[in-house]
Amino acid sequence: MGNNQPSKGLEESPMATTRRGFLKTAVTAAGAAAAGNTMAHGQEQDHEHQVVPSELTLRVKSLESLLVEKGLVDRAALDVLVDAYENKIGPRNGAKIVAKAWADPAYKQRLLTETGSALAELGMGSQQGETLQVVENSSQVHNLVVCTLCSCYPWQVLGLPPVWYKSAPYRSRAVIDPRGVLREFGTELPEDVEVRVWDSTAELRYLVLPERPPGTENWSEEELAALVSRDSMVGVAKVMPPQGASA
Amino acid sequence: MNGIHDMGGMHGMGPIHHEKNEPVFHAPWEARVYVMHRAMGSWRKWNGHASRHAKEVIPPAEYLRMSYYERWFTALIELMISGGLVTRAEVESGRPAPGSATATPPLTAAEVPAYLTGSSGRPRPTVPAPRFRVGQSVRARNLHPTGHTRLPRYARGRQGTIQRDYGVFEFADTLAHGLGANPQHIYSVRFTARELWGEQARPQDTVYLDLYDDHLEAAS
Repeated sequence: MGNNQPSKGLEESPMATTRRGFLKTAVTAAGAAAAGNTMAHGQEQDHEHQVVPSELTLRVKSLESLLVEKGLVDRAALDVLVDAYENKIGPRNGAKIVAKAWADPAYKQRLLTETGSALAELGMGSQQGETLQVVENSSQVHNLVVCTLCSCYPWQVLGLPPVWYKSAPYRSRAVIDPRGVLREFGTELPEDVEVRVWDSTAELRYLVLPERPPGTENWSEEELAALVSRDSMVGVAKVMPPQGASA
Repeated sequence: MNGIHDMGGMHGMGPIHHEKNEPVFHAPWEARVYVMHRAMGSWRKWNGHASRHAKEVIPPAEYLRMSYYERWFTALIELMISGGLVTRAEVESGRPAPGSATATPPLTAAEVPAYLTGSSGRPRPTVPAPRFRVGQSVRARNLHPTGHTRLPRYARGRQGTIQRDYGVFEFADTLAHGLGANPQHIYSVRFTARELWGEQARPQDTVYLDLYDDHLEAAS
């Protein structure tokens, strides 16, 4: 189909004509559902409590039934996948890595230079051939991760990306106005700090190793990990000192 | 392709909405779309690059109006149809075509953990040799392919420095279209923010892109 033929415009093939017709249908159907929840900010509750399922919900259900009936997917496998993404793969894994790097300088060195084996030490593998790189913040360098072209994200260690990371505002602005983006997240950087933006354009995925906050000198890895936010590992926030500590 | 998905540097997209304590999925259908996409990938009728391109070809106005998982839903249907796994009539009716064969799913529940942590199974290529070396000045080529490319518009024609050689990878731009693995090196290329955005940028700020040999030429 047109997708796989770079030189063909949508207008040129009969298949594409059908496809356009289909897209139109899909969009109309999606439109009603999306009106309440597109880009998801604060209106999801309405969506959750809809009495009548949205048309999109029905279309997705219908597709799943079709695939199950045709023997193309195993419904139990889908359930296990949902459980994995909702409950097992998430930013707690990244936080564990960061906390260990803070607590153990030798581990940090391995993490920065031999990331794959450093992850394997914690039982976290690299998947799908994507290679993870860890970039370290300091008093002089602040790293920020984006994927301007789609939604590449270090999901092996952070789980699925939040809506804002996949949104047009973030993808368009992170490269041209990183300081403005950071300010929107409440992160103000000194003028002389280098802002280093990593646009994930290929097979590499980036995890930011944030600065360890003051006041945590004798903390255990578990206590440290609890301080590390997902946002700090994408680079839009810093890890805040614990309350009561002298910053 | 010079599509709406290539949005680095665009203005006018509005403020960033940062939701506190965001759930992984905002509705059950989002989760089902995502995992169906992952599970159907086990048929190996398409790769991740073709999957990205299936979203890039969504017409721009619709791309922007759709939520993220609506794009995935649209792309999944198109990928399954072009991969010969379902027909459009089946998708529209929600029923298998009369007399169609029943398959056996390649991914079972028991296999999911290994599927999630396993590698693609193919060893990384080791040739060819790199065309550029660390420290070398390079220019992103001024290319405007109508198909999939991982060279964003904002970098084209701009000069940068090879910061690191990540080794050999299969080439996304051709793999997306079934045009071969075309293995080559990926480099971390450092561009100054001023080279990309002019005087408005801070002099010390930088943008790092991962670019393939075919995206680059030596800068004089």
